[in-house]
Parts: sequence; C-alpha cells; structure tokens
Amino acid sequence: MNYKHFIFLFSILILNSCKKQDVYLNKIEGQQINISDSLEIDQSIEDFIKPYREHVNSNLDSVLAYAVETYSKSDGDYNTAIGNMMADAVYEESNPVFNSRTGEDIDFVLLNHGGIRSIISKGDVTTRTAYEVMPFDNSIVVVKLKGAQVRELLDYLSKAKRAHPISKKLNIVLDVDGNFKSATLNSKPLDFSKTYNVATNDYLYNGGDRMDFFKTNDSLYVLDYKVRNVLIDYFTKIDTLNPVIDNRFIQLKK
Amino acid sequence: MQRRQFLQQTAAASALVGLSGLGLTSFTTASTKKITILHTNDVHSHIDAFGPDDGRNPNQGGVARRASLVEAIRKENPNTLLLDAGDIFQGTPYFNYYGGELEFKLMSMLKYDVATIGNHDFDNSIEGLYAQLPHAKFDFVSANYDFSNTIMDTHVKPYRIIVKDDIKIGIFGLGIELDGLVEKRMYKETVYLDPTEMAQEMSRVLKEDEKCDLIICLSHLGYNYSNRPEKISDLKLASITKDIDLIIGGHTHTFLKKPTVVKNSEGKNMLVNQVGCYGINLGKIDFYFDADKNKAANGTSIIV
Repeated sequence: MNYKHFIFLFSILILNSCKKQDVYLNKIEGQQINISDSLEIDQSIEDFIKPYREHVNSNLDSVLAYAVETYSKSDGDYNTAIGNMMADAVYEESNPVFNSRTGEDIDFVLLNHGGIRSIISKGDVTTRTAYEVMPFDNSIVVVKLKGAQVRELLDYLSKAKRAHPISKKLNIVLDVDGNFKSATLNSKPLDFSKTYNVATNDYLYNGGDRMDFFKTNDSLYVLDYKVRNVLIDYFTKIDTLNPVIDNRFIQLKK
Repeated sequence: MQRRQFLQQTAAASALVGLSGLGLTSFTTASTKKITILHTNDVHSHIDAFGPDDGRNPNQGGVARRASLVEAIRKENPNTLLLDAGDIFQGTPYFNYYGGELEFKLMSMLKYDVATIGNHDFDNSIEGLYAQLPHAKFDFVSANYDFSNTIMDTHVKPYRIIVKDDIKIGIFGLGIELDGLVEKRMYKETVYLDPTEMAQEMSRVLKEDEKCDLIICLSHLGYNYSNRPEKISDLKLASITKDIDLIIGGHTHTFLKKPTVVKNSEGKNMLVNQVGCYGINLGKIDFYFDADKNKAANGTSIIV
C-alpha cells in the first residue's frame, strides 16, 4: 500500500462521516404575531421615516382653497353640490387636455355617486381633502358614445335614482313618476343620431357600477389624468369652494 | 453535478487528512437545526401605524415596530429569513409622493431577503417598478412572469437559494394573472405563465436538481376563491403540487387565525399562510430539522 492508496482509504473513511449530514424536517411551528402598540419602536427606522413623513404631511396639509360649507354626497336627491363640483371640475380640467390632443371637446361628464369617498368639511381645503374624497388612483377617460348608448346611459340614470354626478351643461328631467322625460345638452335636445364625447373614470368604463353602456363605444381616449389630480388642480385654481345643488338632474314635483 | 459534488467532498476530505481524528468527531454530532421564516404580504405602503382613531385597526402596524420585532426574533435565532409576498406598493400617500422609494429603503433596512411581485407593484407601470430597484437590497423572485421583453429582464429570478446553518432553502415566486387586473400599458410585455406548471417545474428543480432541504413558494395568487373553484389559488396549488413545504400568500388580504395545513398531491402535510394586509401582522414559521429519519418517515409534525 503506497501513499496514494493511504490517502484514498482515509478519504473514504472521512467521507462517510463528513459528507453533509442528512437532515430531516421533523417539526413545523407556525404562528402569527400582531404588530401592536405594545411593541417597541425601532428608533433608527423612526428617524429615517421622519423627514419623509413631515414632507408628505406638510404637502398634504397645504391649503389650496376654502370651503364655504360642509358638502356631503347625501345632501340632494338627483344632484348634490359636491357631485356637481366634481363633475364640473373634471370637465374644466380635462377638456383643455382632451382638446389639445384631439381637437375635439368633451360633451359631458358622468361619474358615480359611490366614487365620492368623503365629505368636504367647511374651512380649509387641502391636498389631503383631495386624497380623502378620491383615495383611489382612477383616471379620466373619454369615451365616444353613439346615440343608442347615450339612450342607455339616460335609461340607466333614470332607473338608478341616485345622484350620479353629471356636468352642468347636461340637463336631465324625470317626470313626476320618476320616468325619463327629457334631456338637453347646452339647452338643445340630445340628438341620438350623433356621437358624444363622454368623460368618465376608468372604473366605470370597465363596467363598474354596471354602467355597461360604456362597453359599446366608437373609441376610447385615455387621458392619463387621475381624478385626484383633477381635484388638486381644481382646488389650486379656485380660492373659494362654493358649489350648489341646481337643476341639472331633477325629478318634476307633483 | 454529482461529479462536482464528489470532487468537492474529496477535496474537503483531503484537507482534513492532517487533522487526525479531530475532524471526525465534530462531524458526527447530531443536532436539531431551526430555520425561522418571517413574512408579510400586501403591506400597501403602510409605513406608519394606524392612528388611535382608526375605525378598524387602531394602533396597529407600522414599520418601526415591525423592525424591533424582527430584530428580536433574529437575535433569538440568527437563521431567520424575512420574506414578502407582494403588493408592497400603493395605499398611502407615501407611494404617491415617492413612488415606492421609501418602501424599498425600509425593507432593505429591515434586511428583507426575498420578495415577489404583486399586481399593485405595477401601479406606476413596469418602468416605475424598475426605477425603484436600486433602493431594494433584497431579491425579487417570480417563476411565472416572463420579463424577457421588458425593462425588468434579468432583474427578477425564478427562484433563489439561501443556505442557513447548512440547510438549503429554495424560494420561488408566483404572480397573479395581470390581464383584467392591471392595464396592459402598465405591465407592457410581461408574459404570464401558468402558475401550476411553473410551481411543478420549480419544485422539481429545487428538490431534485438543487437538493433543497426546504422549499418555499412566495405567492401573490390569492388564498382561495370559493366562488370560482377553477381559479388557481394557494389552497388549490398546495393540493395539486408536491415537495413544497410552505406557501406564503397574498393578494386576497386574508386574515387567518393560524396557518392552514393542507395535504399535497402525495398526501403529505404542508402549510399555507397569509397575514392579512397593511403590516398589521407578521407571520412566523419555525422549521426544525434533525438527523432522525424515522421520525420524519412518520410524517412531519405541524403545530399551529
């Protein structure tokens, strides 16, 4: 037995014991730990977050406008002050963008009542207000609708009996029994042989609130403009927020 | 592969020749090894704890508190991994202001090891996600998003292997179908591959080729869809695959009282877990290994 043989044998010997020992999974323990206020705060993490938090908060709390009253989506039957403000803001802020890109104008705006997520309180209106009213990242789209689909839209609004926000140039009247009576745009009756540019949010365009009439359309224009940013831009532009309930969507009284 | 292993072992053995019997004894001691897996999901930019007036989760969550908890657990067991199952982004103004920078920086400070990608992580488009990658000192895994024709190409691996205390841990990722959930213009040319097929492929690679001792799936598929049984979910995936020890889930914001024990396709018990959302909870799963084959043959005991 020479030197090489010796190494070989010795290697075999050690290999058997030194080879990565086989391990077997024998037990698993699982639990969930609540992150509650009984846990200590890691100060280095807290200190790291602080400047970010302060910047966000000072920005969110910067005053953009002043609200004369408190506005809630539950104040009003077929139109509300806050909803009217939102639909008109979408028209005012989106139409210049849409027009500059397409050369056309938005005819009217339709949003959803449920999309107003918070009241606007009397007093300072801040960026935070915009986040509260619109916490979601939905964006404005302009949908080209044929007369038939505009008819469906009016039918939907007549039956929904909710104050889904519409912009001010559209006027919808229901009769005393709550059936559709008439609709005008810029004081002229809607022409159902025409197509209309309807601005809405991408949630409704994608079938949200069962507004299925948006599905059948001639074209879709994505504005890449978030509803929240519309509100921030609108609040920045105005000094005083003073929207009112008007006659844009009403039911005739007996 | 086997040849290389043999060569490495021979080299190690040769180096020990001079050490006489000393090396022998130190290798033969059998001991229990413990691997701790910590996990979060759907934190959605919730960096600060909920305030005392919050209607649902007052005084809960917060990264600074999670950090101290993770640190304490690491002190107790250095063989600890920290994982996240996606939807790191979107949910507080921090995301709107900083695009995910703060989320990634804080996860890096907490020493997260691996995360997978949720649908909301595309909310600033795939470019927005890519732009924040320099802030993430942890890895992203996804086996069923093919990023080849996107800016994310090479930045996301199907799986990652981490060795702790000689225990080889394989972690692979799975993402939910993006079509219908995320706009195409946001995820661009990301291709969604079948998660079941990829899970089967990954568990084979990790078990047979990589010889992992522990296989973990980081999933953003969702816990369970009782109204849509045909839709792939963590519970369904668990029951039709094998060799996966733990599925850490997300997407459905499911709060479980305790991890769910599921029988896999071979009838072996494994775990599916998810810890709700917004950083309100931390999941903690301890895996104990030892040299006793007989105990393992009788089935792993699971205590939840």
